[in-house]
Amino acid sequence: MFQLIAPFFQDLYERTGLNFIVFYAPYEYDRFLSGIAISLQLIFWSIVASLLIGVFGAWAQSARSPVLRGLVGAYIQAFRNTPPMIQLLFFYFALGAFTPQVDMGGYYQPLISSFAWAIISLGIFGGAFNVEIFRSGLEAVPDSTREAAESLCMSKWQIYTYVTLPLAFRISLPALTNNLISLAKTTSLAYVISVPEVTYSLNQVWSDNINVPEMMLLLFLFYILVVSLLAAGLHFLERRLALPGYGQ
Amino acid sequence: MSLQTKSKSPAGADWTADQPIVSLCDVHKSYGSVEVLKGISLDVRKGEVICIIGPSGSGKSTLIRCINGLNDIQKGSIKVEGQEVNDPKLDLLTLRKKVGIVFQQYNLFPHKTALDNVMMAPVLVLKEPKKEVEERARALIAKVRLQGKENAYPGELSGGQQQRVAIARSLAMRPDVMLFDEVTAALDPETVKEVLLTIRELASEGMTCILVTHEMGFAREVADHVYFTDQGVIVEHGPPRQFFTKASDPRTRQFLSQIL
Ligand SMILES: Nc1ncnc2c1ncn2[C@@H]1O[C@H](COP(=O)(O)OP(=O)(O)O)[C@@H](O)[C@H]1O
Ligand SMILES: [Mg+2]
Repeated sequence: MFQLIAPFFQDLYERTGLNFIVFYAPYEYDRFLSGIAISLQLIFWSIVASLLIGVFGAWAQSARSPVLRGLVGAYIQAFRNTPPMIQLLFFYFALGAFTPQVDMGGYYQPLISSFAWAIISLGIFGGAFNVEIFRSGLEAVPDSTREAAESLCMSKWQIYTYVTLPLAFRISLPALTNNLISLAKTTSLAYVISVPEVTYSLNQVWSDNINVPEMMLLLFLFYILVVSLLAAGLHFLERRLALPGYGQ
Repeated sequence: MSLQTKSKSPAGADWTADQPIVSLCDVHKSYGSVEVLKGISLDVRKGEVICIIGPSGSGKSTLIRCINGLNDIQKGSIKVEGQEVNDPKLDLLTLRKKVGIVFQQYNLFPHKTALDNVMMAPVLVLKEPKKEVEERARALIAKVRLQGKENAYPGELSGGQQQRVAIARSLAMRPDVMLFDEVTAALDPETVKEVLLTIRELASEGMTCILVTHEMGFAREVADHVYFTDQGVIVEHGPPRQFFTKASDPRTRQFLSQIL
């Protein structure tokens, strides 16, 4: 791949001055690819974490305990109403200061890396919205459907996992799609705690090579591509899960 | 002492098959301060079909739901196979395994096919092997005359077809008693017949059935006993022939004249 495109971009630079160095200099190429890989992992794991938090949060909100409900409500308020960048900084610098260091044989490293902090922080940020999204989905599942499951002797947990959640998930999916796309875009903020994702790595490239416009363009294209793929995937899921004979 | 067949169920061990399978005694039920059931007593014997009729709001659905433990009661007793439904020690699951219920609005699981709707509870609750359950589910779907619709989703079925899937779904749990709450009330006249046919077959096979219905012709033909309720009390009851021709209470007569 690299061998194939390198001559073209080298030539392009020599003739026009457009410096897409990540496509012809092996060192910068590796930096770029590793940035992409880390961004994709960050997007994937943040989404997974936010979904888990969303499911359990929504479940906790339907719990009897007012304390539990109050805690989840406070969590949602706190994380929906503060900027995600501040949240990242808070987690990394404020909480990070209290996490133990591990001996790596001579030097010390924090137990939780900046990458892990980014996933935790972004998962919690996206999760705050997912709790609300799932909760309204759960509320839209008719009581009578749950009651039918109850009358068939299914346990509370079985009713939740086999009836309520699958239906709530389908109802939630359009709103969820929006939030997950927004979360995918927000992962670029991990830049502020030095996670070497694509924004961070391209920033290093353009600092070294003074080719800001070209690298910015790449960054844009990367996010356009990733977000359209994610959206296409989620819309495909929406169509796949659509209930035959319902709604349309 | 006559020879008695003992119930196999662990709870209600004193119950024998010659006693009422469902027994209500002075049942009172309130929603908040509103008393909806004001002392209902009735007995249903094994294999009997009883119909409960009465104006809308008279507490018929509430009564049915209490027998299944979906609603609790404030006073009185409901026993199923000798077991007190409102006993706080009673595991509701044991009760519900004996009592199947079919609702007016079918309440199928819209994200599951007809076959999966029927299979779900036996697989999850009774933990029976999937293969066995599938065989039984297919047989039940055939029994309610829906062969070929196994893989249809509820949204792709008519109301009457959905209702028959709901009946099959209940039967898959092998209940001893079936409760039907106005199961034909939401259906088109043409599809009412096929659902009633299914229930009639069940009754003729000896299933104990408690039906809330407005289908008087059906009640007259299938029921062993008819109960008329109004404002939370049983106004009048009797075998259908007597009930429909010689009703003595003016409220019953008025209701029958409106509906027949
Ligand atoms: N969940 C409930 N909360 C409060 N009132 C209820 C509830 N369900 C039913 N009711 C009231 O109880 C009465 C009897 O209702 P129901 O049992 O549904 O009657 P029926 O099935 O005979 O039409 C009605 O007046 C109804 O408004
Ligand atoms: Mg009713």
